[in-house]
Amino acid sequence: MSDTSTPRRSPQGKGEHGRRPNTLFKNLNAKIASIPMILTALCVFVGGTAWTVVYSFTDSKLLPRLRFVGLEQYERLWSSQRWLVSIENLAIYGVLSLVFSLLIGFVLAALLDQKIRFEDTFRTIYLYPFALSFIVTGLVWQWILNPDFGVQHVVRSLGWESFVFDPLYTKEIVIYGILFAGLWQGTGLVMCLMLAGLRGIDEDIWKAARVDGIPMWKTYLFIVIPMMRPVFITTLVIITSGIVKLYDLVVAQTGGGPGNASEVPAKYVYEFMFRAQNLGQGFAASTMMLLTVAIILVPWAYLEFGRRR
Amino acid sequence: MRHKLLSAAFAATVALPFAAPAVATDLEVTHWWTSGGEAAAVAEFAKAFDATGNKWVDGAIAGSGDTARPIMISRITGGDPMGATQFNHGRQAEELVQEGLMRDLTDLANKEGWAKLVNPPTLLENCTLDGKIYCVPVNIHSWQWIWLSNKAFEDAGVPVPKTWDEFVAAGPALEKAGKVPLALGKQSWQESGAFNVLMAAIVGPETFLKVYKDKDETVAGGPDIAKVFKAADDARKMAEKSNVQNWNEATAMVINGQAGGQIMGDWAQGEFQVAGQVAGKDYTCLPGLGLNAVIATGGDAFYFPKVDDPEISAAQETLASVMMSPATQVAFNLKKGSLPVRGDVDLAAANDCMKKGLEILAAGKTMQWTDELISPDTTQQMNDLMAQFFSTPSLTPEDAQKRFAEIIANAD
Repeated sequence: MSDTSTPRRSPQGKGEHGRRPNTLFKNLNAKIASIPMILTALCVFVGGTAWTVVYSFTDSKLLPRLRFVGLEQYERLWSSQRWLVSIENLAIYGVLSLVFSLLIGFVLAALLDQKIRFEDTFRTIYLYPFALSFIVTGLVWQWILNPDFGVQHVVRSLGWESFVFDPLYTKEIVIYGILFAGLWQGTGLVMCLMLAGLRGIDEDIWKAARVDGIPMWKTYLFIVIPMMRPVFITTLVIITSGIVKLYDLVVAQTGGGPGNASEVPAKYVYEFMFRAQNLGQGFAASTMMLLTVAIILVPWAYLEFGRRR
Repeated sequence: MRHKLLSAAFAATVALPFAAPAVATDLEVTHWWTSGGEAAAVAEFAKAFDATGNKWVDGAIAGSGDTARPIMISRITGGDPMGATQFNHGRQAEELVQEGLMRDLTDLANKEGWAKLVNPPTLLENCTLDGKIYCVPVNIHSWQWIWLSNKAFEDAGVPVPKTWDEFVAAGPALEKAGKVPLALGKQSWQESGAFNVLMAAIVGPETFLKVYKDKDETVAGGPDIAKVFKAADDARKMAEKSNVQNWNEATAMVINGQAGGQIMGDWAQGEFQVAGQVAGKDYTCLPGLGLNAVIATGGDAFYFPKVDDPEISAAQETLASVMMSPATQVAFNLKKGSLPVRGDVDLAAANDCMKKGLEILAAGKTMQWTDELISPDTTQQMNDLMAQFFSTPSLTPEDAQKRFAEIIANAD
């Protein structure tokens, strides 16, 4: 902190000659204030990531140690049945939850936008699940979907004796049971973001569209949605980051079961690092997760933000 | 269960001000004993330790060992060690000891002559690294048991089986009577545990050791182990309708006669005891599944992380000594349903099943178990395979065995 006095004085010294101070010292207070965050980002995020990648090439067990074994951890990772199941589950969950939460969220927002009565009440109800943590969501849906107390039990006690509905106990569809809980929790937020976007559309545009006789669905599809691009991008980032770190929902709802049918990569990482006492394997898995995210995100970010410059 | 633990802890805090002769040191002890029988047993430790004027701060971590161990390890490696912690003795804490994070108890052990007391001696060997002793074994637990509900067999109209094969044969009758033949919690450690028990019972300790100790992949892929996978296939068919998660929920199914039996270690006995059931009358136990009466001498041990505070160090030593003392050994193990680690204590109060275990122990029919033989990494891979095998009827025993042989080939 003692250095700060020097740069602060220098722009004043220059100021007497020209009116244009060095851009480095523009908004100096704001820059100083962001130094801790910059340092945190560099040390914790970038530094931590680099450390993890380096140690993923070692045979670290319970404690990290630098004994390099090349790509051995990665070979083992990609020949592990459980990892392949995890990746497949994440892909299914990711694609479907992206599509459905955007779709449902937008439709709900558009419906709420029709100037209906009790809008606030509906909005609160839809947003409510978002206030619950994934653990609570997972437990609630575990009970609802449990064949002995949940939906199946209720329908059976109503008289349909042979009714079967136990997604969490059937390995082929267990991931959809998790997806359902995830959507229930997440779409409320998407709806609110979309609603805010819709409210940002100028009333005159609607009037103009109506004067031209364009049907409402066409107005939404070809005028409003393209105008809401920034909102969609924000939403997309929020949803995707939620997908990659999917962990607690699975732990609470199924614990990865039945068998390993609902395993996800984050759970693999955690369990190999701490339960199996094999840091190297866990690091290799988390590096693969990072790589996947980077492969998807970097080109997109380049197109999205790079072009403008 | 929680309440019992809590009330035990509260009771301890109340009793202390009157009982404490010297300065009381708080010692946090972490463990994963949270089921009814387990909590009752751990309260015995707390009572005995509090009586020395110190204070047992209970750090029970609910879930199972799989949940608790990562928390314990990250606290020790993260520089926030507890006073003492449970592990299964064997290889779980191996690296922590190698890194010098655990306290050396050799002096105390020599003073009290543990080497002469502890029976079988392998227990202490598992605590030893480079001639130094790092943990206190507190009990002998063996996995090789099947617990049968006499009521379930009565309802089904078949006699209580005496071997695994008779049990399998009785499966259809149990199912017809609306019972789940085999109760099995859907957690992978229970599934791979049951598999290992089947292996030890069907092919015997020698082949078992060839697989897990010598890591011989040709044996693991050979005809002997194929028989084990065949039996595991029977087991998964019989456990198909068992929808519980925790082991004690599965035990409860046996206790109230919903299920025919459960393959589980002798810690299940504590649950029968809490439920007031009598061995031989309400339930039957078959060591080694009635095929091969050998027990593994795994179990629990307490490790003491290194700390700088001399008061805590002194309290650690006291606790280690208390845990090994004959009175505590008897009180604890009777509640826990496990066998004492000392050969010189009298377990007259033991029930039929524990007596069976003691007889096998006295006859020296003991063997090493997977906790001692394979690393946690290999254990995890085993668990993953068994979790998949038991939940996937389309995974054939042959394919599963192929993958098992691969795991053994790469095991450490």
